[in-house]
Amino acid sequence: MIEWVHPGAILIIGAVLVPFLKGGIKQVYLLLLSALAFAAIVSSSHGTHGVVHILNQELVFGRVDRLSLVFGYIFGIMSFIGFTYGLHVKRDGEHMAALLYAGGSMGAVFAGDFITLFIFWEVMAFASLFLVWFKGDKASGEAGYRYILVHIFGGVCLLGGIIIYYANTGTLEFNAVKVGGPAFYMILIGFLINAAVPPFSAWLADAYPEATIMGAVFMCAFTTKTAVYVLIRGFAGTELLIWMGVIMAIYGVVYATLEGDARRLLAYHIISQVGYMVTGIGIGTEMALNGSTAHAFAHILYKGLLFMGVGAVIHMTGKRKLKELGGIYKTMPITMLLYMIGAFSISAFPLFSGFVSKSMVVTAAEESHIAWAVLLLTLASSGTFISLGLKLPYYMFFGKDSGIRTKEPPLNMLIAMGIAAFLCIAIGVWPDALYGVLPYPVDYHPYTAQHVMTALGILLFTALGFFMLLKKLDPEPTISMDTDWFYRKGGMLFLKIAERPVALVDAFVSELYSTIGFRPAKRIGGHLWEFDGKAVDGAVNGTSWIAQITAKVINFIDKYFVDGTVNGLALFVDIKSRILRRIQTGDAQNYALVMLLGVVFLMGVYYFY
Amino acid sequence: MKIIDWLADENNRGTLKKASYITLFIVFVADFFVHRHHATFIWDNIPGFGAVYGFVSCIVIIRVSKALGHAVLMKKEDYYD
Repeated sequence: MIEWVHPGAILIIGAVLVPFLKGGIKQVYLLLLSALAFAAIVSSSHGTHGVVHILNQELVFGRVDRLSLVFGYIFGIMSFIGFTYGLHVKRDGEHMAALLYAGGSMGAVFAGDFITLFIFWEVMAFASLFLVWFKGDKASGEAGYRYILVHIFGGVCLLGGIIIYYANTGTLEFNAVKVGGPAFYMILIGFLINAAVPPFSAWLADAYPEATIMGAVFMCAFTTKTAVYVLIRGFAGTELLIWMGVIMAIYGVVYATLEGDARRLLAYHIISQVGYMVTGIGIGTEMALNGSTAHAFAHILYKGLLFMGVGAVIHMTGKRKLKELGGIYKTMPITMLLYMIGAFSISAFPLFSGFVSKSMVVTAAEESHIAWAVLLLTLASSGTFISLGLKLPYYMFFGKDSGIRTKEPPLNMLIAMGIAAFLCIAIGVWPDALYGVLPYPVDYHPYTAQHVMTALGILLFTALGFFMLLKKLDPEPTISMDTDWFYRKGGMLFLKIAERPVALVDAFVSELYSTIGFRPAKRIGGHLWEFDGKAVDGAVNGTSWIAQITAKVINFIDKYFVDGTVNGLALFVDIKSRILRRIQTGDAQNYALVMLLGVVFLMGVYYFY
Repeated sequence: MKIIDWLADENNRGTLKKASYITLFIVFVADFFVHRHHATFIWDNIPGFGAVYGFVSCIVIIRVSKALGHAVLMKKEDYYD
């Protein structure tokens, strides 16, 4: 009898078989894998499983407790929904990447030590990269490079932090990290990058809208929520996070208000919603941590549903800009209804899931008497409703008729959205089911008259304001500058700066060679020629012969040797500048390889000393 | 589906508007009669606070975001090309 099966391993090892299966069998196989992984999570008993000893280190693959289990449940459910949604996708690579990615996130959640966590962390980063790249156009290629560069940076920060942590404490167990010191901050930055906390957030809104339709559904669920999990585990009660979380919540709302690309708008609202979770983690009371966990759980479902709804519209119409859409409800009414369930959930309408989870975080802030956080989080929730409950559906499904006539998406997409929509309402109507699996005991009742009426007041009067200012919100054909400006424009600046010295060196080297090589040779040749002319009447032909030959030799040297050197150097410089330029346009494999080698080197240093 | 068609129909705009205003009014007024079991902050005791705060939030978010966007953040779509 096997004591414990790693749910992530089921998905990761199962991915190997995908290319060998065809058609219906492959579809059943994908659903079966995610169902098996979910079953493995549900049947896990509390305790420590899967302990492996390597190089005097204890790797714990299965730390199962209430906190890791609740994240495991939702990751299992979301994998199943995601694969249902993507059943029609033909490309094996996409399914394999999704399996590795979902498996990696489960591995990270059940990891009991930092090394195991780091390994699965990197599996997630690289697997999700392919979910971006498989979209296959130029924009996704470039966004993918930027995505992986940011995540490699985050991974290196995390690894560096882990090594210092080990040096300081002598243990690699992953528990609450002690405040202060470089290890604390490096691990924190590694986590914050994946949680998309500003200023480390630009990668999310940059990459997710460029992912494949199925890929974006997976990505919106796993990366940020794994980060929320590790932050709860390692950094609960870090006051800095309250500030960062509230800023995040507002920041996402502001950018979403400006955004005209449907999936980028959704992406900014991931950042906003994760802001609530990060705030809860910063507050750090049992109520707050419960709230963050519950909100992560609810968020994965409704955000998955929103991405699926918008994905379905993009799949059927091929358009993603709100400006080009409108009037779609006539031919996609079911998609529209399911999307609206997600929108009501994220906006925290009573009887929908967001209402019972988001309010836990706000109430926790209330109990800790952090008035400004309460007010700003409430303001942000009004912004959520503006963008996702009003603006996006208005311009996509209603509004000015774009004349696009299409039909409902494939049945598997509708079923996947149906499951997510059902769960969103189920949690909203019956919150105790969710409260029962939270890490700490819950004594909280969301459905009081006061709470319901306040929520309705906020939401409905937000709607009033929205319709009054509707003209102001017409989508504009712009992109918004974000912190990725620094590495996107910065990269171009670097290129410009780098080009000038290269060009200068090129000119200098040419000049140098023509001064000390070419010109003197020519002069000597000229003198000899002159001498030859004067010596003709001396009838000594030999002299002129010698002179001529010498001149020819010097000419020859000049032509093939000096010129060659000059040309060769110019060529070398040219190649170098080409390489530099290539790196700039994003040939990041080289960077990735160098960093990977660096990681291997660091690990080597760490093991042998 | 009929409901959606009815809602989207131009001819029903007026009825819809009236219904919306009545709903808003009811929500606003109903807040005055709600039993307030806990009040952590001052505004928890102000009836109709949610409605006012929601409305103000909406205006502030749209105005400030758009102002910020037009002043600094928004660039042409080929900005990075």
